Amino acid sequence: MKKKLQTILCTLTAAVLGVMLLTGCTAQKPASVSTEGSTSMEEVMGILGETYEKDTGIKVTYNPTGSSAGIQAVESGRCDIGLSSRNLKDEEKDKGLEGTVLAYDGIAVIVHPDNPVSNLSLDDIKKIYTGEITNWKDLGGEDLQIVCIGRESGSGTRDGFEAATDTEDICKYRQELTSTGDVITTVSNNKNAIGYASISALKDTVKAVDVEGVSPSEENVKNQSYKIQRPFVLVTKKDAPLSDSAKSFFEFATSEKASECISMAGVVPAK
Amino acid sequence: MTKIKKQAFERVIHGIFLILGLVTVGCVLLITVYLIIAGIPAIAEIGLSEFLFGTEWKSTSAEPKFGILPFILTSVYGTAGAIVLGVPVGFMAAVYLAKVAPKKVKFAVEAAVNLLAGIPSVVYGLVGMMVLVPGIKQIFNLADGASLLASIIVLAIMILPSIIKVSITSLEAVPKEYEEASLALGATKIETYFKVSVPAAKSGIATAVVLGVGRAIGEAMAVMMVSGNAPNMPSIFESVRFLTTAVASEMAYSQGLQRQALFSIALVLFLFIMLINASLNFFLKGKSREGKNK
Repeated sequence: MKKKLQTILCTLTAAVLGVMLLTGCTAQKPASVSTEGSTSMEEVMGILGETYEKDTGIKVTYNPTGSSAGIQAVESGRCDIGLSSRNLKDEEKDKGLEGTVLAYDGIAVIVHPDNPVSNLSLDDIKKIYTGEITNWKDLGGEDLQIVCIGRESGSGTRDGFEAATDTEDICKYRQELTSTGDVITTVSNNKNAIGYASISALKDTVKAVDVEGVSPSEENVKNQSYKIQRPFVLVTKKDAPLSDSAKSFFEFATSEKASECISMAGVVPAK
Repeated sequence: MTKIKKQAFERVIHGIFLILGLVTVGCVLLITVYLIIAGIPAIAEIGLSEFLFGTEWKSTSAEPKFGILPFILTSVYGTAGAIVLGVPVGFMAAVYLAKVAPKKVKFAVEAAVNLLAGIPSVVYGLVGMMVLVPGIKQIFNLADGASLLASIIVLAIMILPSIIKVSITSLEAVPKEYEEASLALGATKIETYFKVSVPAAKSGIATAVVLGVGRAIGEAMAVMMVSGNAPNMPSIFESVRFLTTAVASEMAYSQGLQRQALFSIALVLFLFIMLINASLNFFLKGKSREGKNK
């Protein structure tokens, strides 16, 4: 009796698994658009992808691997559109890639919500990240050692931050994390910490300080008074044509209609 | 007729088993050869001593530097720390569970150990990040808890299940006659366990330690979330980067010499593991062979 029960259970499981496998083969499978790259562009791609899928039924997948990884991915053909939160370098353009600016995003300098410091000059930020200033009390805060949180070296956010604060190659990080979300979580858990992340990704768990007296709002990114900003770029191959669905998504994302979606994500559209 | 058929059938089955066994060997050979081919170019270009003993890793700066001594030392210290913490605890736990524990306690603890063995590395890393890192920050009054110490603790907990399970199996395999003989001669139970059962189970316990070392030195995901990931020379409360996390954190976007250097790191890691396994096997099992021959 037990053996019979076992055989019945096995065949049933196999049948269920087999049926689930077949559901993948629907009659007409719409091609999906694969995007990969910057972790800062999560909100923007989320809204654009959802709106696009509602309109056309084509899925847009987003893989957050970091700007440089995304550029590599589109170059090797692993994805349709690469996402980068920095401009393409000359070597990358030489490889046949071209970038289309989708939006401008500010990089917020974030601290723990309990940290009393609320304004930093670019010079202060440079001194903090190069290790010249090591205690919050030198900036009007509490007597705590400053912990510098940053991103991995392929990050577009790191690139933009270091370019704007003139700290390229000389930043001394305590921790090098691999995504915007990671930085926000780490800073929100540590009163000593300072970090940087895309304005569009900020939550109430961290506090964004003013830079040179300018607060990190969409307005100030638009009128260029907020200094630390960088472009969100859609990266495509110059001579390899996009698939139909990828092409129509690209045109949608760079159209006037998409500007509203992009603003909803907290980022300034290029148009 | 049937006898010849049976013999032929046997040979076919033997052949199939041989092929399947060779598949495993083939995989190992393939990986070794690929790593060597992929890892040599960067070492040749950077220079062996500069690569292995250089103390600065700056793979993406304008003037890149590829010295992996910090990573090598961090992996060595991290694994050593995990072993120093994990082996005594695991070993004592195994002796307790195999010999002393009452049946109900043994059942409960063994279930817990099995569960611990099944937890994926990412979950260890997550719990470490949310609980251990802030904990270390508070207890030691540091600016930031992500450090070598956090990685050592996480690794020690990860290798406990394999050490305990293999040690229990080998302790339980010791023939009861050895222990009964010892007890009959007047030794106490504890004396018997540590002077008779444990030496008899030595090769199994050595295997357990080797397994633990293997898991600790190869762990990437869990330590990436608690170690801080800055390429510093290792120090117990500093943010550090292991050989494994060095490869994992830069592989996705690397290109050119940087990518080849990452393959070289993988090659160094591979050689390290082989070296550690070989020497541990030699020392620990060699000792037990000596003991038996006496």
